[in-house]
Amino acid sequence: MTSRRLSLRAPWLMCAVVCLVFALRGTAARAQGQDRAPEYFPADIQYGSQIFATQCTPCHGSAGDQIPGVNFRAGVFKRVVSDNDLRATITNGVPGTEMRPFTFGPAELTEIVSYLRNMNFDARGAIMGDPARGQALFSGAGNCASCHAINGKGPRVAPDLGDIGTLRTAELLHKTLIDPAGAMLPANRPVRAVTKDGKAITGRRLNEDTYTVQLIDENERLVSLTKSDLREFAVLKTTNMPSYKDKLNAQEMADLEAYLLSLKGVK
Amino acid sequence: MKPTRRASILLLVASIFPLALEAQVTSDRLLHATNEPQNWLLYSGSYASQRFSQLKQVDPANVKNIELKWVFQAQSLQKFETTPLVVDGIMYLTQSPDDVVAVDAKSGRVFWIYHYATSPAARPCCGIVNRGLAILGDTLFMATVDAHLVAVDAKDGHAMWNVKLAEASAGYAATMAPLVVKGKVIVGVAGGEFGVRGFISAFDAETGKQAWKFDTIPDPDQPGHDSWRGADWEHGGGAVWMTGSYDPELNLTYWGTGNPGPDFNAEQRQGDNLYADSVLALDPDTGKMKWYFQFSPHDPYDYDSVQVPVLANADWQGSARKLMYWGNRNGFFYVLDRSTGKFLSGKPFVKVNWASGLDANGRPIATPQPPGVPTYPGIQGGTNWYSPSYSPSTGLFYLSTWEDYGTVFEGVKAEYKEGTRFTGGANASPIPGADNPAGTRTGPINTYTEALAHGGVVALNPATGEKRWHFDEHDVNTSGILTTASDLLFVGGREGYFQALNARTGALLWKQNLGGEIIAGPISFEVDGKQYITIAAGNSLFAYALRE
Repeated sequence: MTSRRLSLRAPWLMCAVVCLVFALRGTAARAQGQDRAPEYFPADIQYGSQIFATQCTPCHGSAGDQIPGVNFRAGVFKRVVSDNDLRATITNGVPGTEMRPFTFGPAELTEIVSYLRNMNFDARGAIMGDPARGQALFSGAGNCASCHAINGKGPRVAPDLGDIGTLRTAELLHKTLIDPAGAMLPANRPVRAVTKDGKAITGRRLNEDTYTVQLIDENERLVSLTKSDLREFAVLKTTNMPSYKDKLNAQEMADLEAYLLSLKGVK
Repeated sequence: MKPTRRASILLLVASIFPLALEAQVTSDRLLHATNEPQNWLLYSGSYASQRFSQLKQVDPANVKNIELKWVFQAQSLQKFETTPLVVDGIMYLTQSPDDVVAVDAKSGRVFWIYHYATSPAARPCCGIVNRGLAILGDTLFMATVDAHLVAVDAKDGHAMWNVKLAEASAGYAATMAPLVVKGKVIVGVAGGEFGVRGFISAFDAETGKQAWKFDTIPDPDQPGHDSWRGADWEHGGGAVWMTGSYDPELNLTYWGTGNPGPDFNAEQRQGDNLYADSVLALDPDTGKMKWYFQFSPHDPYDYDSVQVPVLANADWQGSARKLMYWGNRNGFFYVLDRSTGKFLSGKPFVKVNWASGLDANGRPIATPQPPGVPTYPGIQGGTNWYSPSYSPSTGLFYLSTWEDYGTVFEGVKAEYKEGTRFTGGANASPIPGADNPAGTRTGPINTYTEALAHGGVVALNPATGEKRWHFDEHDVNTSGILTTASDLLFVGGREGYFQALNARTGALLWKQNLGGEIIAGPISFEVDGKQYITIAAGNSLFAYALRE
């Protein structure tokens, strides 16, 4: 199976990347031949349209109606019912047909599915995010770069976001910016340990087993602790990352999300 | 060479090397394997598959003094799931893809390596693995991932015969150690993720000629076929990818079978789907089935029931009975009467919500979860294929577990095409919110978190199904278990620690980080009066014994 991961060098991605604010989420929710009606995040729809343009149109056509019996825009599928059916079909292909398997990451699959379910979505009037402005926010007023690195460049106390655009959907990125602690994935939860002599250590877990834990502490030191030597050991559900709910306006939020979505890692 | 001259040489060799003749592993030695605890003659240690060693030199008081004696480094970076055999000081093990290696069990030095040329058409679902060997006489038997069965001379490692079990290009594979019973080599096939039709087959140990074949999915002329609709049975799965057990008094072999196909979309295979997810009692002489018991009828969760059947003779509610203990991937611990297949008891040993319990006949009372809601246990089950152990000394049954581990299952239509995956699932595993960053689980970094699952070792009282003790681990546990007559329990795990526990209490007595995932079973044997314990971890096999 050939990797079809997106590249930052792709011409379509070098064009203005757009991101639509969460306020429009509801307008994007549609139910086309599916067993439930999940909400689709506008930025995912927009990204999905770009993947579709490069990967799917050669066979399906730009309107999604070039395969007999399939019309994406009209919600007509041969064997797909649910969104997961769509994911499975894209991932596994359809044996005996020209539909080959594609190797997309989870976020990319969400984006494609979001687009296929919303090909008629009208983006006019939505606030468009600009990744260049988002990058400036990331490094400047947003203060993100004081904790996060991008592809190894920057501080190490928080996760490197160099490939966050392949790992997280637009919706999850937005939730994280609004409610960092609530949206924090368990693997990113910080830990707090207190040694028997009273020394407190807080940091980000790099590895853990039954007997030990390895972490990078707030001073970027690599620390390995033996749990039986600790007085306290706790996994925290709080985070030092602030909420941007009242710090960024809708346009700035869209810009920042557009930038984060554009981070697809180093190929 | 003339026969008379050959006979003279044999006599001469026999007089000089008497041990060489002792190395013949007769059927009688296999029957009484527990009488020679210095050896490990079968995959599970004995036909009863208890993985219990009578050796006592290493005990709870001195186990802290065991030290590494030697290491064998496999010439492969594939998962190392082998359980070795040990015969009179010689260890035989497999390494991926399908090599047999003869090793001095005392030093770890290699005598010979047999390389089997595995077909590039092989496509095992879950790793190019080989779990071990069987032996009879001076012949080793190995099933291969391209679905062949090979006989190899134990003295010099040359191939003696080679038979094809099934077409590798159609998704058939073989990863289990065969079982030799009464001069026949019995083996099953893997391929449940490719819509194969599973079977168990027996071959004459000397010639490789097929003696019988039992299809685990019955055709229209066979009993049990009415548990299928239409042509669904043709790709019905029921693979057999773990070694069975044998009761010589009943003259019955016991085999666990895997998932029905497609794995997750039960809608397109209505009925109970016999004999998937079952234990089968087969006559080793004829392959005729005496009884079956199906653990998970119409299974949409991939709850393969390939666990090694553990046989014990014990009191059951006041009378002696021939029992079978079974910690199933579906999360229930079962006790069956192995003479008849009668269900005696079943109780969850991990969190279970796919069934609210079992009825009087052991049939699950199904409680399918609504769309989007996690089902427990998840795809990998509450336990999986890794060998459990039963200690006649403690009377306890031990197994490795995945706990608080779920999957959001969703079946999707699957179309069968020979040689391609036929699973029909669009599942969320781990469950949403319990992230598992990709690409990290085969290495030494554990990113499993408290939100996803944890693991452990559980000691069960078979009479009640109650937990006697529980050894909690941060990561899920993929290791087989060994118990000894000195009431030690050896177990590894995904974290790479090899550990010795007190089999009566679960207390940790000793541990060592071997640096690689342990997905194999420990064994014990003795050479020159010294007890050894070995375990495959990462890509190496480690041998321990007491410090001099």
